[in-house]
Amino acid sequence: MHEIFELILSQQFMATHKSSKITVALMLMLILNSFSSFAQLDTKEVIDDSFNPTEMIMHHISDSHGWHFFGEGEESVTLPLPVILWTDEGLTSFMSSEFHHDVEGEHVVESNGQKFVNYHEKIYVLNEGEETLEFDEETHAAMNANRPFDISITKNVASMLITAVLLVLIFLGLANHYKKSKAAPKGFKNILETLVIFVRDEIAIPQIGEKKYLKFMPFLLTVFFFIWLSNLLGLLPGAANVTGNISVTIALGLFTLVLILLNGNKDYWQHIFWMPGIPTPVKPILAIVEVLGVFTKPIALMIRLFANITAGHIIILSLIGLIFILETAGVAAISVPFALFITVLELLVAFLQAFIFTMLSALFIGMAVQEHEHH
Amino acid sequence: MELITPEYGLFVWQVVVMIILIFLLTKFAWKPVMKAVGEREASINDALVSAEKAKEEMANLKADNEKLLQQARAERDEMLKEAQQMKKTIIEEATEDANEKAERILDKAQITIESEKKQALAEIKSQVAELSVQIAETVVKKQLDNKDEQMTLVNKMLDDVKLN
Repeated sequence: MHEIFELILSQQFMATHKSSKITVALMLMLILNSFSSFAQLDTKEVIDDSFNPTEMIMHHISDSHGWHFFGEGEESVTLPLPVILWTDEGLTSFMSSEFHHDVEGEHVVESNGQKFVNYHEKIYVLNEGEETLEFDEETHAAMNANRPFDISITKNVASMLITAVLLVLIFLGLANHYKKSKAAPKGFKNILETLVIFVRDEIAIPQIGEKKYLKFMPFLLTVFFFIWLSNLLGLLPGAANVTGNISVTIALGLFTLVLILLNGNKDYWQHIFWMPGIPTPVKPILAIVEVLGVFTKPIALMIRLFANITAGHIIILSLIGLIFILETAGVAAISVPFALFITVLELLVAFLQAFIFTMLSALFIGMAVQEHEHH
Repeated sequence: MELITPEYGLFVWQVVVMIILIFLLTKFAWKPVMKAVGEREASINDALVSAEKAKEEMANLKADNEKLLQQARAERDEMLKEAQQMKKTIIEEATEDANEKAERILDKAQITIESEKKQALAEIKSQVAELSVQIAETVVKKQLDNKDEQMTLVNKMLDDVKLN
């Protein structure tokens, strides 16, 4: 129901709106924070290595330079990933394991004659002669270091690549079937074919129209399956939160925007800058609104996907986090079934968000290529 | 805030991965898949249309057959009727003919009988006359001998005549 409502909302106003889900998630985080501070007041022992739910949750939903599975500090099991940096001196790379699980900016790695530190998964290159990272107390900006252009294979990038490889393998398998026979495939491939037809018949054709849908099918299919598979893989324990990362969703939204801008026809631009059929004095005012609308559409797409996926992760992590905050295993009896319930719900959300993103992309593209009847 | 601050590296990677993915999947998956699915749908539609056509043709053929059958039936009935009629007329004609012939034969027979009868009568008459003459002759002869004998002879002759 919530998703449908959201869909209607976005279709009606075509404007940015933040999902109410993220509000719930943020509220949960606040409540959890107060819990932890309450726990800290209770016992002195807890203060030293107290459980910080915000930190735990942020760690799980953020990107990182190594793929952490379990364990703490030096004993943790982490898959090292390559760190690739573009600095003033040129390209340099080293494995993330060289930081030795340090994310506080203490362990200095030397590469290409430069000194690098990892501070909360942000890589800083220290200015010459500096040995430790220092921050301005007020602005929280690094005083003696700057951030190089970081194109590392992070956890999210690695996950994204795995998703891409899986997609290529899966759909090449489907394509190979047709080389052998013209009959409908069986089993898993039949499901895939049904989904492809679903995207065509339920998304592309109704939104874009019989004449022009074919041109946009590759994008719609790719984006649909990429988001869905990423969402599903993101639900696995220890997996990356790819579609719940704003950088990823910005990139995806940008594809839709570029497609709209490249394919918008004369009618579309006329309806934006000089809307026909309304009094002339209103036209410039409407033009401003419509121009804003061009950008808010993909922004809405981007925020919806990011917020829904991140919020789902936060809720699951919060429910599990309750066990450690309250420090009683008994809580598990309640929070584990709840987390399971939310996980199952997330399976649905994984499909729904992929569907909505594709659906709205198709809708926006359809609006841009539609031929209006002149009134 | 960290959550909603974009990382350029990740953004660049996503764009690159997405472009490569769209390119690869379009070339090796979407195009062949869409083509195959489209072809299959077209062939199914064609098959449906031709099946419908065949059904229609079949119905037409059946109607034609029915019509032919009906025609044949009507023709047969007509022929039977005609035959019946012919039979009737033939029988009637034949009967009439036969009757006529029979009548004619009967008439002829009657005439023959009549003429034969006449002839016979004439013959009888002449024989009677002859006999009469003979009797008279004989009588006349006997009269000359004996009266008694003459009588006996006459009687005897008369008896003979009676017997005849």
